[in-house]
Amino acid sequence: MPLHVEHKQLVVPGELLAEGDYLPGDNTYMASGKIYSQRVGLAEVKGKKVSVVALKGPYIPKVGDLVIGQVVGITLGGWLVDINSPYTAILSVPDAIGKPFSPELGPLAKILSIGDTIIAKVIAFDRTRDPSLTIKGRGLGKMEGGVVVDLAPTKIPRLIGRKGSMITMIKKLTGCEIVVGQNGKVLIRGRNPKMVELVIGAIRMVEEQAHIPGLTDRIRAYIEQGKQG
Amino acid sequence: METVKRKLIDENGLRVDGRRPDELRPIKMKVGLLANADGSAYIEQGKSKIIVAVYGPREVHPKHIGLPDRAIIRCRYHMAPFSTTERKSPAPSRREIELSKIIREALEPVIFSEYYPRSMIDIFIEVLQSDGGTRCAGITAASLALADAGIPLKDLVAACAVGKVDGQLVVDLNDEEDKEGEADMPLAYIPAFNAASLLQMDGQLTEEEFFKALEMGKKACLKIYEMQKQALKERYLKIKESVEAGEENQEA
Amino acid sequence: MSITPQTEPLAKIKSKQIRELLKTGKRIDGRELDAYRPITIETGVIGKAEGSATVSLGNTKVLVGIKVETGSPYSDTPNTGVLTVNAELLPLAHAIFEPGPPDENSIELARVVDRGIRESKAVDLEKLIIVPGKLAYVVFVDIYILNHDGNLVDASALAAIAALMNTKIPKIVVGEDGEPKKTEEFKPLPIQDCPIPVTIAKIGGSLLVDPVLEEENMASAKITITITKNGNICAIQKSGPGTFTLDEIVEAEKTARRKAEEIREKILSSAGG
Repeated sequence: MPLHVEHKQLVVPGELLAEGDYLPGDNTYMASGKIYSQRVGLAEVKGKKVSVVALKGPYIPKVGDLVIGQVVGITLGGWLVDINSPYTAILSVPDAIGKPFSPELGPLAKILSIGDTIIAKVIAFDRTRDPSLTIKGRGLGKMEGGVVVDLAPTKIPRLIGRKGSMITMIKKLTGCEIVVGQNGKVLIRGRNPKMVELVIGAIRMVEEQAHIPGLTDRIRAYIEQGKQG
Repeated sequence: METVKRKLIDENGLRVDGRRPDELRPIKMKVGLLANADGSAYIEQGKSKIIVAVYGPREVHPKHIGLPDRAIIRCRYHMAPFSTTERKSPAPSRREIELSKIIREALEPVIFSEYYPRSMIDIFIEVLQSDGGTRCAGITAASLALADAGIPLKDLVAACAVGKVDGQLVVDLNDEEDKEGEADMPLAYIPAFNAASLLQMDGQLTEEEFFKALEMGKKACLKIYEMQKQALKERYLKIKESVEAGEENQEA
Repeated sequence: MSITPQTEPLAKIKSKQIRELLKTGKRIDGRELDAYRPITIETGVIGKAEGSATVSLGNTKVLVGIKVETGSPYSDTPNTGVLTVNAELLPLAHAIFEPGPPDENSIELARVVDRGIRESKAVDLEKLIIVPGKLAYVVFVDIYILNHDGNLVDASALAAIAALMNTKIPKIVVGEDGEPKKTEEFKPLPIQDCPIPVTIAKIGGSLLVDPVLEEENMASAKITITITKNGNICAIQKSGPGTFTLDEIVEAEKTARRKAEEIREKILSSAGG
């Protein structure tokens, strides 16, 4: 009996998941041939690999991640951006406006000021240095209007769904524009306030029920019911 | 004015609160009750009541105290002024400073702090009501709060004191047993390593008693460990139950 | 608030050397795993103090001075005298020590030493009451670290017990008017035990007694076990961010018991004299 948990079973740190010829996946560790969970989450068994999908946890940047951040400081060569992570991100002038800093630009606050919210991409991060961002590119830049909702960063994949199934469904049903930041921030824009409310409600459901199977169906029912009511 | 010392073990071998020597006090644990904290937990062990919040990993301030290869852990064990019979000054006492250190050292071995270099993880333990065993209950609750914060852990840490009262070894001492007893030995135990991350003792024990106390402490910690796992899961299982109940209602 | 300390970086080549040697049961200074460094004890070194002692443990050097005053007993213990232990990690003892109020390390050190003395009842505090509820002898044990080369707990506790054994307190008589009066006569402190702490560090899977600073910096954890003259354990403190398996604790206790006997003889012959 080398496997001690079922697929999707709720596990906690230190819980024995498997032993023998299984391989430790995400959020697990191996000690003397046994695989244990590191986090509160759902066990995932794929072939010989046992991992845990964490229910909560900090956002650690990865190169290529789309994030929604807030400008919290201005330095000589750029901006400091809070991306809901232990590491404050840096947006340097060339990555913001496509040309290097020169005094003719005038005060940087004219371009982005403290309190501004931006949609950005992580272009560098290696843990010895703080993450760098860019806002050059389609869909990136300073945000005007819309609502930002928080969701545990570990549950972002659930909101997106397999191959984007969940988020596509929510967009289709509500007609809202939704930008999902990997750092646990979701931007919603829509003309109909009621639809925006429904998206927020759906995100709350993901937050609460990410560990319970059948979530897509429940969210579909919730939105459809909400549209009628 | 000779005061007669109350017997701590009665003729039936029961303790002042009616417990058997190896019996824990009633324990209640709750996880995730503070909205602002990244993780939180509350424990009631007998009349001791403790709340713990964990923040982080978060940015280190001031930056120079950060470590290049791992997160630093900051830990504060603090007793509320109203937690004791006589008001306790809110300024940290020497006892609280020592306990903050050894509690930090009791929790550090299970934290994968190397995952978060240059950051810090804060553990705030507030004793709201003290009736003995607060450092142990604080450790038990703190490891729940760490798990609740989603911080990767090798295991949960369970803690419980073993002591000697009226010549007999007992677990999970209350305040009276701690003060009047002959020895008190707090132990924090990590089941995955079969190891102690906190061990202190004051009073007097023979070698034989000490070895027996270690075994009793381990058993008591394992009971608490089961409750910890339950408490962490309970929160999510409750939501699951209510969702499933809702679905059944709709189908009906 | 207690914060993960920044440890002194130890050259990798050195830590490797220490580890390799430990595998063969040897240490960098040639000692066996269970061997103490040479201990020297000198008492009565400070004339103005009621008691004093210096202890050298290899290069670790500690001075303990005892001052005895009179004052009120604590309200919850009206029939006993007062004993307090304080430790100063002096900046002159090592480059890592900064001047300032006691930090968690000096508080822990003082409290571990205090626990050994208090729980063994080494000083008979009940004999230190002059007028119950009103007047008692107050014994201040001040630990001065002069040079830090590891194992401050053992050096400090040995110096403290040696100094206490060497302490003379003024005789105080309560006159017929109920007023206490100091006399010219002195008497020794009532000492009834000689608790000996033994500190054991863990490096990798090895347990070694009396670690030097380099070993301490590499150790994952330390444990101090204090043994009374009757062979009882009267204080334990695990310290440092690592763990001890329960088997290691049992092994450490046995080693501590054996070493405590040896060291007690030394203390009694040089201080008890």
